[in-house]
Amino acid sequence: MTTLQETDLDLSSASISPLRNYTGKVLTVLSGVFVAIIVIPLAIVLWDVAKEGVHRLNWQTLTQTRFPPPGLSEGGFGHAIVGTLMVLATAATLSFPFGVLAAVYLSEFGRGSKLAYFVKFSCNVLTGVPAIICGLFAYAVAVQGRGFSAFSGGVALAVLMLPIVIRSTEEALLLVPQDLRLASIGIGSTRFQTTMRIVLPTAAPGIVTGLILALARSAGEAAPLLFTAFNNNFWSTNLFGPVATLPVMTYFFAIIPYRPQQELAWAGALVLLAIVLIASLISRFVVYKTKL
Amino acid sequence: MTATTTDTTTDVVIEKQMNASRFLDIGFVRATLGLAVLAGIVLFLVIEETVKAAWPAIQQYGLAFLWTTRWNPVEDIYGVLPQIYGTFMTTLVALIFAIPLGIGTAIFLTEDFAPRWVRTPIAFAIELIVAIPSVVLGLWGIFVLVPAVRPVFRWLNETMQWFPLFGGPPPRGPSILLVGLILSIMICPIIISITRSTFESLPRNLRDGALALGATRWETILTVMIPAGLSGIVSSIMLAMGRALGETMVSAMLVGNANRINISLMQPGSTITALIASQFGEAGRLQVSALMYAGVVLMVVALLINILAELIIRKFQNV
Amino acid sequence: MTVTQQKLANVFDVKDLNVYYGSALAVKNVTMAIPERQITAFIGPSGCGKSTVLRCFNRTNDLIPGARVEGKLTYHGKDLYAPNVDPVSVRRRIGMVFQKPNPFPKTIYDNVAYGPRVLGMKVNLDEVVETCLKKAALWDEVKDKLRDSGQSLSGGQQQRLCIARALAVKPDVILMDEPCSALDPISTRRIEELMKELKRDYTIVIVTHNMQQASRVSDMTAFFSVELQGSHRVGELMEYDRTEVIFNSPVKEATRDYVEGRFG
Repeated sequence: MTTLQETDLDLSSASISPLRNYTGKVLTVLSGVFVAIIVIPLAIVLWDVAKEGVHRLNWQTLTQTRFPPPGLSEGGFGHAIVGTLMVLATAATLSFPFGVLAAVYLSEFGRGSKLAYFVKFSCNVLTGVPAIICGLFAYAVAVQGRGFSAFSGGVALAVLMLPIVIRSTEEALLLVPQDLRLASIGIGSTRFQTTMRIVLPTAAPGIVTGLILALARSAGEAAPLLFTAFNNNFWSTNLFGPVATLPVMTYFFAIIPYRPQQELAWAGALVLLAIVLIASLISRFVVYKTKL
Repeated sequence: MTATTTDTTTDVVIEKQMNASRFLDIGFVRATLGLAVLAGIVLFLVIEETVKAAWPAIQQYGLAFLWTTRWNPVEDIYGVLPQIYGTFMTTLVALIFAIPLGIGTAIFLTEDFAPRWVRTPIAFAIELIVAIPSVVLGLWGIFVLVPAVRPVFRWLNETMQWFPLFGGPPPRGPSILLVGLILSIMICPIIISITRSTFESLPRNLRDGALALGATRWETILTVMIPAGLSGIVSSIMLAMGRALGETMVSAMLVGNANRINISLMQPGSTITALIASQFGEAGRLQVSALMYAGVVLMVVALLINILAELIIRKFQNV
Repeated sequence: MTVTQQKLANVFDVKDLNVYYGSALAVKNVTMAIPERQITAFIGPSGCGKSTVLRCFNRTNDLIPGARVEGKLTYHGKDLYAPNVDPVSVRRRIGMVFQKPNPFPKTIYDNVAYGPRVLGMKVNLDEVVETCLKKAALWDEVKDKLRDSGQSLSGGQQQRLCIARALAVKPDVILMDEPCSALDPISTRRIEELMKELKRDYTIVIVTHNMQQASRVSDMTAFFSVELQGSHRVGELMEYDRTEVIFNSPVKEATRDYVEGRFG
């Protein structure tokens, strides 16, 4: 038996060659720096938007229903909030039932089939289609010959949301234990009853979270709305006419040289940011709850 | 209630009956099937409609559209080479910064460097970056970032005048480089999340094996984890690239919308998305078609990248 | 009907049953008759197909893609796999209790009421819930907390809740797929006592990996064995007889080896 040297038993980090140790430490510090580089801009953006946004975020801004004419400062973006809601409601109406039921097929009836594979592949690729292309599509099918409209904006956002709705719903459905389906079917309920009474209710928190997130994300999208919902300086609840929306307003007012409009842009940005922040927090909370 | 089971055997009915419940069941399954098929077709509808709208311009300008540099709505002469250059360069800049940042952060978040109470808020912060509307980042860029980077850009421009990518007249701020920088922060979360889940899906014993051989933590990461997770990392980079190519508002607000090729990254340029966003609102008929054509070019590139990324993921992760 | 008067009439008649998963044969040559209001136990080593055969009885195998059945399986004289048979109706008549207790994430009350509700049975739900929980020997433990979640119960209680839930749709057969394998000995004993109670009204078929359990509770026992065909395992019904015969004087060598613990 070989005798152990004192140095063989040195298990402190000094026993690893200095170079290996040194490189490891440098890389560790470096990865920490990388995290900081990503997270610090986020903090700055949040701070700046909050700071600049609160200037004009008052009751008048939220309730006045016309944009100020260039250079003047009266008015607000109440009608843009309504417009955003109209576009989102249209998008939700088109994509939620569609997406959830398609996901039910993928998870409940077509699991593992070639068709399900194809649909999922196609949806994943659709997720990668730039948002502005969804706008071009909606322009081609719903604007050309008819004019800008809140409805066409909803179509654009629906295309954007559909694959997200399908994917998040399917993920929520896959978390439902197979035992529960078997139990329900074993009693003699139909697939429809099993889906409606057991599977969907069990997955509901996850599904709803996914829907909220999809909606919140698309609430901030300006690109697909630029040439669909377009813009409107005035109050309008006509689903088939142009409406103002918060993201498009923020874009237009950010690039014109008048201070009051720029302030409105910041206030609009703050509202948009608040929407996505709240939605993200809700979803975090729900996910945390269901994991317990 | 007495046991009724004895008399139930007298009416054993197990044959199919066309009652409401069975009808509903079959109808429901067929309806979901139909919607699933439709969901699979949406992608093709998007492609078909966009190409159809672009068709007049495709016929008129052909492939020359891709390598000519004039965009003149007055004379209806269109070419998108400057936009293709701008799109390519902004994406390249974004990837150069985002790849190390993203992979480094993913390692930080998976490899137990920090305790859970540090990692959880960081993971949440990264989720938030994805959630910030790009128009908000554009706004912030215009009013905060442009004035902040102007002196830095000017200094770089002066001291590195000999370097083509940094040369040109004194920069004002809006530029390909600026857009690339913001895009890099925006696409980092994509790289982080997919790389992270790739690392987490690697078999635990792979890592333990290397550690047990006496490799340090970083040696394990560099020699075992990263090679084993390469397919996931590559596809995450490709998805991030697709996102950077298609990002619109940041480009439209900060690239400067110059319809010419400036080799220098410090100078204003244009991207395909910025072109569409800034011109579509008041475009004439052929111009709309030309913009659709530009959109088709973007879409084809984005589709190829995404299909490839998707195939890589499926091949290696057996999703 | 005459079926109900005769003691020991057969509920199931199985003849030359083969089950395939895709192209692979899983179980072959099953021929047996399951008598009414008796407990029939399926025993055998793992992979012998006893659960597979059980699942054929209420067509839950249909849910596995590629599963296919050959041969004849009748239920009260009716072919279970005839094209005009509705599997959903079959499962209403033939209840099932699974290996792992699987109560719905609903209240205890709603778990039991689930079946009558989805089937649109015109019954007094309170009454049905009480009767079924009593039959499942659970009533005394839960009568004050019917609004609690079914998943808050202990494992043994959950399994009895699942039995109550199966009883609520008034089946005449209850299939049990290793119902005690996830339970402690005391809960197991309670379920076994419960089975003996239930066989007054119901036909019970139970799959168990526990030979003592089979000998304790069952009237009839079927022994399945497994053989290697090429690279995959094929189950086969070796011997089927009254329980005391199987355990005391089996005809086949393989059965004797197994019940005496000489197997594997």
